[in-house]
Amino acid sequence: MASYSLNVNGKRHQVDVESDTPLLWVLRDHLNLTGTKFGCGVAQCGACTVHLDGTAVRSCSTPISTVGDMAVTTIEGLSDDGSHPVQQAWLEHDVPQCGYCQAGQIMTAVAFLKTNPSPTDEAIEQAMNGNLCRCGTYLRIRAAVKTASSHL
Amino acid sequence: MNTTLNRRSFLKASALTGGGLVIGFNWFAGCQPAVDPLAPVGAWSEINAFLKIAENGIVTIMSPNPEIGQNVKTSMPMIVAEELDVDWKHVIVEQAGLDTVKFSRQIAGGSQSIRQSWAGLRKAGATARHMLVEAAAQRLEVPASELTTSLGVITHAGSKRSVGYGDVASAAALLPVPENAPLKEAKDFTIVGTSRKNVDAPKIVQGEPLYGMDFKRDGMLIAMAEHPPAFGMTVKSVDAAAAKAMPGIVDVITVNTRPDGFQAQWSDVTAFPELVVVLGRSTWEVMKAKKALVIEWETTSPLENSAGHTAGLAGLLSAGKAEVARRDGNPEAAFRTAAKVIDRTFSAPFLAHNTMEPMNFFAHVTADRAELIGPIQTPEPLRKSVSQLLSMPEDKISIHLTRMGGGFGRRLYGNFGMEAAAISKAAGAPIKLIYTREDDMTQGTYRPAYQVRYRAALDANNNLIAFHVRGAGISESPVFANRFPAGTVDNYLAENVVLASNVSTGAWRAPRSNFIAGAEQAFIDELAEAAGKDPIAFRLELFDRAMTNPVGTDNDYDASRMAGVLKLARDKSGWDATPAGVARGVSVYYCHNSYVAQVLDLTMNGSQPVIEKVWCAIDCGIVVNPDAALNQIEGGIVDGIGHAMYGAITLADGRPEQRNFDAYRLIRNAEAPKAVEAFFVDNGIDPTGLGEPSLPPVSGALANAIAKATGKRLYSQPFAPALEGLELPSAVG
Repeated sequence: MASYSLNVNGKRHQVDVESDTPLLWVLRDHLNLTGTKFGCGVAQCGACTVHLDGTAVRSCSTPISTVGDMAVTTIEGLSDDGSHPVQQAWLEHDVPQCGYCQAGQIMTAVAFLKTNPSPTDEAIEQAMNGNLCRCGTYLRIRAAVKTASSHL
Repeated sequence: MNTTLNRRSFLKASALTGGGLVIGFNWFAGCQPAVDPLAPVGAWSEINAFLKIAENGIVTIMSPNPEIGQNVKTSMPMIVAEELDVDWKHVIVEQAGLDTVKFSRQIAGGSQSIRQSWAGLRKAGATARHMLVEAAAQRLEVPASELTTSLGVITHAGSKRSVGYGDVASAAALLPVPENAPLKEAKDFTIVGTSRKNVDAPKIVQGEPLYGMDFKRDGMLIAMAEHPPAFGMTVKSVDAAAAKAMPGIVDVITVNTRPDGFQAQWSDVTAFPELVVVLGRSTWEVMKAKKALVIEWETTSPLENSAGHTAGLAGLLSAGKAEVARRDGNPEAAFRTAAKVIDRTFSAPFLAHNTMEPMNFFAHVTADRAELIGPIQTPEPLRKSVSQLLSMPEDKISIHLTRMGGGFGRRLYGNFGMEAAAISKAAGAPIKLIYTREDDMTQGTYRPAYQVRYRAALDANNNLIAFHVRGAGISESPVFANRFPAGTVDNYLAENVVLASNVSTGAWRAPRSNFIAGAEQAFIDELAEAAGKDPIAFRLELFDRAMTNPVGTDNDYDASRMAGVLKLARDKSGWDATPAGVARGVSVYYCHNSYVAQVLDLTMNGSQPVIEKVWCAIDCGIVVNPDAALNQIEGGIVDGIGHAMYGAITLADGRPEQRNFDAYRLIRNAEAPKAVEAFFVDNGIDPTGLGEPSLPPVSGALANAIAKATGKRLYSQPFAPALEGLELPSAVG
């Protein structure tokens, strides 16, 4: 057991956990931030995507000991009220069906649009290719990323 | 409590505690046969849903049907708001917990939520409106006929006075329930048929805790279960010393959800009733301790292999007896006279449901009651099974439903809920059972593995004179004997045969149809080719036969609606003018009371197809929420293409060889069609299924387009591995 000081969504948190505990379970079990989802545990589905210093990572495969001082942003930290342009684009295109994967999709999209604010259709497909959606909302995800890129 | 009951229409009104009006109605009014109006009605027995109008004007539907992503929480309020004349945003759906006193037949499955609730919701809305207007007429002392309603306000134009629904809701509750409150005509709809956004979407995009996986209770332990690694194995012995010594671990126990004498019902599917369970304080600690368990397994029934399944099914198709499901004319004689016989066998493997939210359930079992909370499509059967498992009366067991991170049929089978109850009882604590992805993917309840053999006879003029289908599966045949092409051919034989196995199977989105549609439509395409006919013209000829001179009387599809969607897809896609460089396939199918035709365009990128566009014509009656309907259609198409291309669970010595998404390939964003366009048949018929029908035919359209592009017909799913290394012609289209 070790003590970690984390910067999550702009707030400091202290947690006492094993050093190999994935960031995902620290967020969900210890900080009550359940917007970040468990899907596969092996960095294959993207449901657990969060940002470390603005870069998208798979929190299920990120040991807490590697987080250090990096700023952690989760879906709950994207905006106070769902007003982030990517969240708004998701609403505009009415993307979700079951909705379980969508927080991870949105976090991937936000990080991607920071690096490529005016993406081509192909670049969007490739950027979103790591996030599985079992309901098959991929066409709407692409459209929402495109719309968000025009509003950022 | 004042209660008035309309026996004829099974509506019931009463006052809402704290003021307001409650209308009880029958959710399934739309699909029940005509009921004898003189039959006695138990006080609430035919009532299974409620519409509440509170004094603040907010209208609440107490819905017995769970939400699994099919968007009924948005579509159902639209239907009520339409008849009630209220702002649809003032109508909310409250997910009712399981309550069989108030609700009967709570289930989400078979694309039936809207179809079954349509008539009941409309009637409830219209009845409430009628009673509110009557109450307003008494309040304002004017004839009801002089009152109009709009957006939840009742207005008397003559005296320029108005009252809100909430103002007269309590008074309305004292009035008699009208016999037949008039329903609107479809042409007057202002909400139904317009696109409204998912009411839960704002919560979803902000990551609010909606799912069973997110549920927490103080003092709750996390539980994870280890099941045997192979079908045919059980637990022999457990050495839990290392696991128990790990930090955060409270206990390791063994539970059994099939005690001696347990009477299993249809929803009780599990290959692994006995489980080794780790209980602890946090998920990660439990996950790690689960890996430290040392369990000795024993083999109690044969360890099966996919190769054996494939050979076994093939054997059943080529010889031996089968159950005859339908026989018209004399197929054997007709085959003897045939100019051409086409004989093809199609196959598909087991599939896992792979809901993005793995199975989980919360349970708190004490000496005299049990509380269960989680994602389940069938709460009523679950409670029955839990009651038997715990030897506890059903009325001591409550089940609350959470939003589900996908269903696809998996959550019809509530073994994980029973497991949670058994664990909580044994642990004497509130627990949340969580499956890892590996647990979820390897525990079975798979889409059955199927094979189907088709034989068709053409005469010298290329007319179809005989058709023989024999379906086999583990553990069900995929054949629907009375669907197309039954009714279109004089000599017809449909047979079923089943291969026994210890691998557990269950319903998977569009059961049986998810395989048989693609196989049948690929075979029909090959018949058209053998007959030298255009694939669409060939199908239309067959539909024409079924319309003008059908064979048999129990054909369970409407050939004119089949032809209708096919012509619509043909015309919208410009079938006769395929773009250069594009390969095009067609498919048409009927299931869940709806008709779907699809034209699929693809190009090839190396050995693999790139799906450029799918045109989808659908006849599902009145479309309540068109954009949400389109979302379901897009999803079904992506799902159908994905599983036909990539999906497979294979077994080696009883062990599933795919344990997570690194080995089980789900379709990804870049592999989904570049575009989907849907066209709805506008026929004013009451709504039919929409959550499933777009999925089944698309694998046929895909296979037919691949055949065009590559010159090779594919008979075994998944297609992607078969395409790798295929010698391709240099040009397609």
